[in-house]
Amino acid sequence: MPVTRLMPTSDGDDLIALTREICSKELRPRVDDAERAAAEGESFPTEVFRTLGQAGLLSLPHPEEFGGGGQPYEVYLQVVEEIASAWMSVAVGVSVHSLTAYPVTTFGTDEQRAALLPGMLSGDQLGAYCLSEPLAGSDVGSMTTRANRDGDGTAYAIKGRKAWISHAGHADYYTTFARTSDDAGRGISCFIVPAGSDAMTFGAPEKKMGLHCDTVREVIFDGVPVDGANRIGDEGQGMAIALSALDAGRLGIASAATGLAQSALDVAAAYAKERQQFGRAIASNQGLAFLVADMEAAVSGARAAYLYAARLKDAGRPFSKEAAVAKLLATDAAMKVTTDAIQVLGGAGYTADFPVERMFREAKVTQIFEGTNQIQRLVISRHVLR
Amino acid sequence: MNIVVCVKYVPDAQSDRSFNEADNTTDREGVEGLLSELDEYAVEEALKIAEAGEGEVTVVTVGPEQAVNAVKKALQMGAHKAVHVSDEAIHGSDAAATSLILAEAVKKAAGDGTPDLVITGMSSTDGVMGVVPAMLAERLGLPQVTYASELTLHGDKVSIRRDGDAASETIESTLPALVSVTDQINEPRYPSFKGIMAAKKKPVETWSLADLGVDAGRVGLDAAWTKVTSFAKRPPREQGQLVTDEGDGGTKLAEFLSAQKFL
Ligand SMILES: Cc1cc2nc3c(=O)[nH]c(=O)nc-3n(C[C@H](O)[C@H](O)[C@H](O)COP(=O)(O)OP(=O)(O)OC[C@H]3O[C@@H](n4cnc5c(N)ncnc54)[C@H](O)[C@@H]3O)c2cc1C
Repeated sequence: MPVTRLMPTSDGDDLIALTREICSKELRPRVDDAERAAAEGESFPTEVFRTLGQAGLLSLPHPEEFGGGGQPYEVYLQVVEEIASAWMSVAVGVSVHSLTAYPVTTFGTDEQRAALLPGMLSGDQLGAYCLSEPLAGSDVGSMTTRANRDGDGTAYAIKGRKAWISHAGHADYYTTFARTSDDAGRGISCFIVPAGSDAMTFGAPEKKMGLHCDTVREVIFDGVPVDGANRIGDEGQGMAIALSALDAGRLGIASAATGLAQSALDVAAAYAKERQQFGRAIASNQGLAFLVADMEAAVSGARAAYLYAARLKDAGRPFSKEAAVAKLLATDAAMKVTTDAIQVLGGAGYTADFPVERMFREAKVTQIFEGTNQIQRLVISRHVLR
Repeated sequence: MNIVVCVKYVPDAQSDRSFNEADNTTDREGVEGLLSELDEYAVEEALKIAEAGEGEVTVVTVGPEQAVNAVKKALQMGAHKAVHVSDEAIHGSDAAATSLILAEAVKKAAGDGTPDLVITGMSSTDGVMGVVPAMLAERLGLPQVTYASELTLHGDKVSIRRDGDAASETIESTLPALVSVTDQINEPRYPSFKGIMAAKKKPVETWSLADLGVDAGRVGLDAAWTKVTSFAKRPPREQGQLVTDEGDGGTKLAEFLSAQKFL
């Protein structure tokens, strides 16, 4: 049953209707086969991203004047949630792509916005976000990738190794953070690096436990040239940009985790009404019905948390703590709800014949990326105890 | 090129469709409706023609109040303007009456003339009669080329490919003409978000039978040539025969198949 949504505008209602149509016609019929194929070898849902891009769903939260949808986060995130309920890897891709344009929309100059955004927001392009490194995960400030001024000092050459990069090898541009000085926190700068340089190579795709269609690999920069005009913000402003982008990105992950949990709950509830044991539907046992009730409460709570943070953001108010709370609650809810969904299905839930074991594997990563849930607690506690 | 596409608003095939208890007509109240999926191909083909050259696409629908959603969807996909013919008296109209109303609407939409091209789907997904295109062409006095799986325009001619079981025919007609298209002809686009926003500003005209000069006595349930006198829900499928394999499962299966004359 579709989730009841109270959208702030009728445009929002139309967007949800469009998203649901595309999900049911394009995403749901493909997800199982595509995820299985990607687990075996490399496969990336390029066509699906193209469809979403043409429908205008790849650039919803960005300014209309440069080709974005001009939508508030309250609407954009509910679209991500709907997509996640059909195909988690694709929803994560939409969120990551949105994140890649964020530094330009928020910190770019007018010239940079005019030059870069029309392509990035066209729906034809996909971005990658290069922050993490093999030795710098949670501790972003310890990154070693460097951007050195080149030749006459107007351009840069980037050298280093980025790890865990979603869309690596498929992206049209790489929003990249690299060191321009040795100062830990204030020595990092942000660059938009176009794909296609010979000096940029990729590691083998990581063999992950799930989310297979989110291709993740290392990006190796061996003196990749970048025009000075592609540096976003001042030298040294990179850390502030990265953290600000992550506040927004976390809401994308929170909404995706909510959608994932919702679809696991939907499968479990339908199964519980059908499956007969002891001569009656298993749902008629209160012990099981209450498990389902707790799943619903967890999903609804997750949705409320990310929508609250989104409304603060849309109103221009601080939302960093609320975004961290939403990411923590929603991803923990996704883990719990997908685990319990397997429980509701019993042995069937533990097999690949039903989607809940896949959702369970997909849920796990949401507690890890865009800041682990320990890091979210760090952010929250610093706000509360300040 | 002036193109009119005729589309229908139908009950969602995914939902539980039924008939109206009161008069045995299709129940359009109790279920979600949408633009007939087979008509999306007609809209897409018209848009492709318009985009390839110059042209204006007008969508026309005949149906109850909610039927306006069918033309709205077409506007979101990119059609330029829309006409919704709605009148209490239309309720229960059969294919012949529908084609009469459509013919008058098409002419009026084309400024009391004939458009260069009328495109329709090959049938609706609810009635599935597939006769309206032919009837409409007849009423408009246009050549009809139906079941097109490919459509090409050259000069003042249209040629189509019609795929049959044994052969594929290529059929040519002068313009203006009416073409009905199959679900093989193209891949209908989804509306884009921008298309949805733009559609809100596109004109939708609502016409009554009086606006079209159609006598209400010639349409509706009372004028229909055929009537549904009763309906009954198809009985739910009975459970099949279960055979427990006690070593003789193969034999029992063969016996069952031979009893059903499959072997
Ligand atoms: C599928 C996937 C896709 C990804 N996509 C991208 C991407 O597109 N771009 C990108 O830049 N990165 C991406 N990442 C990387 C991701 O953001 C990092 O994995 C994450 O930030 C954690 O870093 P790490 O793996 O190095 O773990 P570590 O930082 O080594 O953490 C290991 C453990 O220690 C804990 N820990 C660390 N520090 C503290 C502390 N101070 N207090 C308490 N506990 C602590 C962590 O919570 C964790 O449990 C992706 C990762 C995955 C798995």
